[in-house]
Amino acid sequence: MNPRFAVGSLVSVKRGNPPGHIRTPWYIRGKAGVIERICGEFRNPEELAYGRNGEPKQVLYRVRFAQKDVWPGYAGPAGDTIDVELYEHWLEA
Amino acid sequence: MMDAINHTHEGPDPHKPRPDHDDTMTHHKMLEIAVRELLIEKGVLTADEIREAIERMDARGPHLGAKVVAKAWVDPAFKARLLKDGSAGAEEAGVQMDQPTRLIVVENTPEVHNLVVCTLCSCYPRMVLGIPPDWYKSRAYRSRAVSEPRAVLEEFGTKLPDSVAVRVHDSTADMRYLVLPMRPTGTEGLSEDQLAQLVTRDSMIGVTTL
Repeated sequence: MNPRFAVGSLVSVKRGNPPGHIRTPWYIRGKAGVIERICGEFRNPEELAYGRNGEPKQVLYRVRFAQKDVWPGYAGPAGDTIDVELYEHWLEA
Repeated sequence: MMDAINHTHEGPDPHKPRPDHDDTMTHHKMLEIAVRELLIEKGVLTADEIREAIERMDARGPHLGAKVVAKAWVDPAFKARLLKDGSAGAEEAGVQMDQPTRLIVVENTPEVHNLVVCTLCSCYPRMVLGIPPDWYKSRAYRSRAVSEPRAVLEEFGTKLPDSVAVRVHDSTADMRYLVLPMRPTGTEGLSEDQLAQLVTRDSMIGVTTL
């Protein structure tokens, strides 16, 4: 495994809207967060969904976002966060 | 026998006959039957193996997660291993980890409260909690748990002060989450088995505390 991002790095989620089976929730696209942990390598569900083998495997990360950055009108305190699992090809520095 | 024939629903609790839930043949039901029968006919699986697998899946439930939580409460070294690797920890506590997904255990503290959701569908830590409750799969829970978790928590009767950070976990891929609730005060004298009795399903999803 050769992860492109390290724990603690600031990353942004791509804004793309490609057709097909996508595991990147709409609400998190375009948002910036910090790598919370590297979960390992997994076969790509965007390929598996169509009966293909899902190779090459993708590095999966957990990325932590401040709720205030995700929801413009977020009502809770600044320390509230949301962690989302995201595959490497959806992230950029 | 006569009772069955004369049964009219006009007893002390009169109600209309309720429709059966298994009387509509849908595309996916037919597909399941066709694939199952083919697997049996071709000798890939036996009917008893399929029955046994369903029985095993149905037997999983929150009692498994509760066992993991209680062990973490009484054994700090185990808790440290569990938080580092949830799958290995649960296995060490005697839970059969028969799914390809991996378990992450997140700990509630006086400063942090964790809440689990799957916005995309209904991913749930079945290996430690069994079958998810219906509300977990509802569109309302899935959308609101991420955007207004504190309002959702209040509707479950859980009011948290602003000094406690709410940490939502969206299971969008290959990880599954189990919340390690805080051990209730006044439970110092209890055994591990007695402690496990206190741990509720909802506290391990994170919609409530203990």
